[in-house]
Amino acid sequence: MSKPEDEPKSTTLLETAKEALQGLREDIKDPQRTQIWKSVFRVKHERSDPRTRSLGVLGNVFLHLHPGRINRDAVRYNYTWGMGGITFYLYLVLTFTGVLLMFYYHPTKLQAFRDILYLEHDVPFGRLARNMHRWAAHLMIITLWLHMFRVVLTGSYRRPREFNWCVGVILLVLTLLLSFTGYLLPDDQLGFWAVTVGTNMARATPLLGNEGPFGPALGMTPYNDVRFALLGGSIVDANALLRAYIWHCIAIPVLASVFMIVHFWRVRKDGGISGPSPVMLESEIKPPAKVR
Amino acid sequence: MDWAQIWRIVSVPDNVPITLIAILVPFYTWYGLRQAVATDRLIDKLQADPALAKTGHRKILPFLPEWSREVPVWPYLLKIEFLAAIIVTLILMIWSITLNAPLEEPANPNFTMNPSKAPWYFVGLQEMLVYFDPWFAGVVLPSLIVVGLMVFPYVDTNPLGLGYYTIKQRVIPLFSFGFGFFLWLLLIFIGTFVRGPGWMWFWPGQPWDHTRVIYEVNRNLPDVLGIHNLWLGGILGVLAIAIFYAGAGWGIHKWLTKPGLNRTLYERTSLLQYATFQFFAITVLAGLPAKMILRLVFRVHYVLITPWFNI
Ligand code: HEM
Repeated sequence: MSKPEDEPKSTTLLETAKEALQGLREDIKDPQRTQIWKSVFRVKHERSDPRTRSLGVLGNVFLHLHPGRINRDAVRYNYTWGMGGITFYLYLVLTFTGVLLMFYYHPTKLQAFRDILYLEHDVPFGRLARNMHRWAAHLMIITLWLHMFRVVLTGSYRRPREFNWCVGVILLVLTLLLSFTGYLLPDDQLGFWAVTVGTNMARATPLLGNEGPFGPALGMTPYNDVRFALLGGSIVDANALLRAYIWHCIAIPVLASVFMIVHFWRVRKDGGISGPSPVMLESEIKPPAKVR
Repeated sequence: MDWAQIWRIVSVPDNVPITLIAILVPFYTWYGLRQAVATDRLIDKLQADPALAKTGHRKILPFLPEWSREVPVWPYLLKIEFLAAIIVTLILMIWSITLNAPLEEPANPNFTMNPSKAPWYFVGLQEMLVYFDPWFAGVVLPSLIVVGLMVFPYVDTNPLGLGYYTIKQRVIPLFSFGFGFFLWLLLIFIGTFVRGPGWMWFWPGQPWDHTRVIYEVNRNLPDVLGIHNLWLGGILGVLAIAIFYAGAGWGIHKWLTKPGLNRTLYERTSLLQYATFQFFAITVLAGLPAKMILRLVFRVHYVLITPWFNI
């Protein structure tokens, strides 16, 4: 059925395959010209061209929190100490190792402790995952405090960054709560008594605790006060374990992630990192616009 | 000196981060203050020479006119970030391979751990329980600290010292925050290294004696003054607290209005901002150490006793 003028152009199967192979070879040499590459990365990257490198940063979902270009002094380690970034990296490590642990952990009185033993002794790299989760959590609190310390030393919490500082304080509280709820999960003596001591304080909450000032007057008993709400009972038991698990693995991580997104977004919107900026002199203080 | 006892506390796996803090916090304090001192010197130089202030480079970092002001994030920032991630991962790996996370016996409500300590980052709160009742130490004070941190930027009206390390331009916030941070770390160190069985005071290196009994008489302020009537005692307590607020407030006021930069900044501060700062400074930064001294040195338990709550 083929038309006569097609005849001379027809090639053998071998030649077609050769041609395809040749094309494939060129694609492998220069993958940037392929449709697949273009569809994934959107821009072509020239190693030497700063403009497309900037575009590469801006066009990448993981990197686009960065600007394309940045003040030359702001990349210095001695200004930010990298502590915010390291804190975030540790949060990622904790998420990753935490998910690994979740594959083996049941939040029940019957199994929790045994699951930890199982992780430590039988699961391949289980002990490493648990250790890394533990120590990354401790390290995160240290880097978090150092991050705050840096922000204070450089005065970066002030206008226009006041709100981002407040977001940071919430992140601080959430991080500490993450540690606290995680402490109970192995269901051993250490966690049990730490959480018992911790939640016993909730008994004494003014107005809302059964031993707190004015609590009993408002009808608070051990069976309806805030401590009961935290533990899902009047003692640290199965319900408390389940609640700690859900707060630790779902609720607080989701909240913390949302606040982190806001935190990073505000760093950009507030004009990027606050410094290192030129010094201002006392003689240059302008009178306040309006004293309220 | 019982070194074994000290080692027993230091080598608890969950206490290793405290050693890390004892190294990292002084290091970064030095690292930041060193830059602050250099900046302060630059500020002095610029202030003494207005002509230089107009034309001079205003950073302690080197700059040459032919350098571009900005650099591409890729690779200049990204390479640092990836390097940091690799280093942190390495540290974490080595730490996790050499030291195991603790696991005690299964939870047993019938067997109390003694001493039963919170993890180190909460041990400061636990130590505060010695000085205040739980409703205050465990609930009100932590809330005050969190709220106090949040209002911090809104009461600081200083337009100077934004975006660089400096001491002389930011004495008040640096001292307030630094003192708070120091107190918090101090509580952690006391809670970890000093408190033993029964939350009793054991000097570092003193062996933990589980049978020890201390016959210390903790008195309340009215008893110290020989007042045993409940009403009179209550009035006395309120009076004592009022005097403390007035005295501490007066001292802080003197500091805030010291001639010079403090005075200039004071004049920019609204009454609401001033009152807010005073409230948190007196209640948390002055009140906590005052109660600690009353308790540890003078053995005074409560200052104010009421039928509903005690302070
Ligand atoms: C989970 C916790 C946190 C994460 C992951 C985080 C992350 C970051 C990152 C990556 C930056 C960019 C600059 C830098 O690395 O220093 C930053 C800036 C900032 N953070 Fe955080 N942060 C956290 C908690 C906090 C806390 C507790 C505070 C204060 C109470 C805070 C206040 C700020 C402020 C004010 C800035 C802007 C600083 C500037 O522009 O110089 N953050 N944060």
